[in-house]
Amino acid sequence: MDMKRDYYEDIEVFSSGTVLFWSFALFAFLFTLPLYLPSYNIYLFNIILVHVILAVGLNILVGYTGQISLGHAGFFAIGAYGTVLLMTHLGVPFFAAIIAAGLIAAFFGFIIGLPALRLEGPYLAIATLGFGLTIMHIIGRWDIFGGRMGIQAPPLDIGIPQWGLSVLLDSDVKMYYLIVVIAIIMVIGARNMMKTRIGRAFVAIRDDDIAAEVMGVNLLAFKTLSFAVSAFYAGVAGGLFGFVLGFFDPFTFNLILSIIFLVMVVVGGLGSVLGAVMGAALITYLQYDLLKNVDEMPYLGDVLVWVSRKLFTVIGLENFNSIMLGLIMLGIVIFEPLGMFGIWIRIKKYWKTWPF
Amino acid sequence: MIEQLITEGLAIGACYGLFGVAVAIIYKTSDVINFGQGEMGMISTFVTYHILAQYGLPFWLAFVLTMLFAVLLGMFIEFFFMRPAKDPTVLGLIIITLGAEMLLMGLAGWKWGAEQKDFTFPLSVQKVHEPIPGLILNEWSIGVFALTALIMVLLFLFFRYSNLGIAMRATQQNQNAARIMGIKVERVFSFTWGLSSLIGAVAAMFFAARSVLDPNFMMEPFMRAFAAAVLGGLTSIPGVVVGGLLLGLIENFFGYLWPVWKPIVAFVVIIIILTIRPSGLFARHYVKKV
Repeated sequence: MDMKRDYYEDIEVFSSGTVLFWSFALFAFLFTLPLYLPSYNIYLFNIILVHVILAVGLNILVGYTGQISLGHAGFFAIGAYGTVLLMTHLGVPFFAAIIAAGLIAAFFGFIIGLPALRLEGPYLAIATLGFGLTIMHIIGRWDIFGGRMGIQAPPLDIGIPQWGLSVLLDSDVKMYYLIVVIAIIMVIGARNMMKTRIGRAFVAIRDDDIAAEVMGVNLLAFKTLSFAVSAFYAGVAGGLFGFVLGFFDPFTFNLILSIIFLVMVVVGGLGSVLGAVMGAALITYLQYDLLKNVDEMPYLGDVLVWVSRKLFTVIGLENFNSIMLGLIMLGIVIFEPLGMFGIWIRIKKYWKTWPF
Repeated sequence: MIEQLITEGLAIGACYGLFGVAVAIIYKTSDVINFGQGEMGMISTFVTYHILAQYGLPFWLAFVLTMLFAVLLGMFIEFFFMRPAKDPTVLGLIIITLGAEMLLMGLAGWKWGAEQKDFTFPLSVQKVHEPIPGLILNEWSIGVFALTALIMVLLFLFFRYSNLGIAMRATQQNQNAARIMGIKVERVFSFTWGLSSLIGAVAAMFFAARSVLDPNFMMEPFMRAFAAAVLGGLTSIPGVVVGGLLLGLIENFFGYLWPVWKPIVAFVVIIIILTIRPSGLFARHYVKKV
């Protein structure tokens, strides 16, 4: 199959001409997308792309380094609040603000990475979960963050308004182009990073941290780095998410959101950038579109309303969303632990070796 | 004032400890942290509520029926969700229990709606007694103390003397050896989940009596109980209860001094304890060997 003949083939970002071709076809498709989609769907695509950035970052931590985080909503919140507050209170230009917010998130990631040196598995999950909830409570109680009432994102201006260079992005479509560019850069960046020394160190830690340490991988440096990089991705994604939503409150970044992020990565497939992208797209589509108004779903909607009237309550039908999410989580671990990427690999293998 | 803070802190701490024991029992036998524990308790409490509101049965009967339901629920989750997974990773196990959590939360919301309900519990927080002069306790605290003590004694006797308890300890030490000795490990797991679900349901009812009943109400108590369990050391059941009492005291005093920051005390305690002493105060530290 894909035989690697020398080292340089292994570290290429695009492993073959076919991949390169299809990647550029995908980029071209993404750039022309607003031409054939109604504007509501552009809003959905904005959210999907934001989640793609986050899921790719989370996958660096969970899939490549083998750590667990249930606190990514916390980093996401730091990014969102950081960007908006830097822009409104200090008048920092957008790009500087979002990078600064990403770095603040990365700093917190580094801090959370320190206990991770001694913790593993479920303990780490709980520690990060505690971190996420702490961030949510702190934001909810400090007036500068808008408290429980939430905070309004300023108009998105990617120029430097103080110098008269104002480039206002005032519609979903314009914002889409900004997000798609950032998303593509960050996804390629992640893929590239996984092919460098750093990425290989992460994978070594995942496979066996003691063996990695014996081989000369500095666990202190690389575990915390993994958390920091992952938090940086979450911070940047959060900064964009704040503008996509326009208005957000602390409860937007609750524990369920952290769980959803983790599900994106697991459903997509651990340890694969493509998997994270697919998982983020699928779960976001289900959460924000298909299952948003369950009773209006084609075919199934009427059945569910009928079932609700008989056995449950119609008003509670919106909770069908979390039932489906739960079933997906259970199903993926029981039937397809490799996620969508595993399915993709299986299909690929089947056609490559067909008719055998 | 100060003794009021202490008794109140110990009472809520005992409740955390009780719920923490439910988490610890599963962790001890099968190395799984059950993130769905809170929601299992939540749905059991809703079943009691439903029986009381819909059929008007006396509380003791509703309680017995709920306990039966809780045991079956625990066994159901073990049988249908945990058992089919083939060699799951740690992350896989976390995802399964979180999936069960989302599923139960969604079902409860679908059935009973998201609005908050009042849970009628025979032991109220308002009615106070003075068993010894100078010591004022409300009925709820007396109930918690009595029940926690009773469950601890029963668990001690169970793990010490009953065949099933000994089989559970054997399974915890070495699954393969236990299997060779003729212990049906699957059945032990199933029973463990049932037992844990039962204890969790009792603790959840006490939590519901203090706050309100809605599909989210067990989320934060679960976190606190988990903090308590980690504080004491997840593998030692008395340690978990002591951890719960400690956490209740810390939280109550802290909440008295800085009421605004009370909700995050438990999480900060979790992070600090995990950083300094990852196995908790009363459990031996486990060092990974190559």
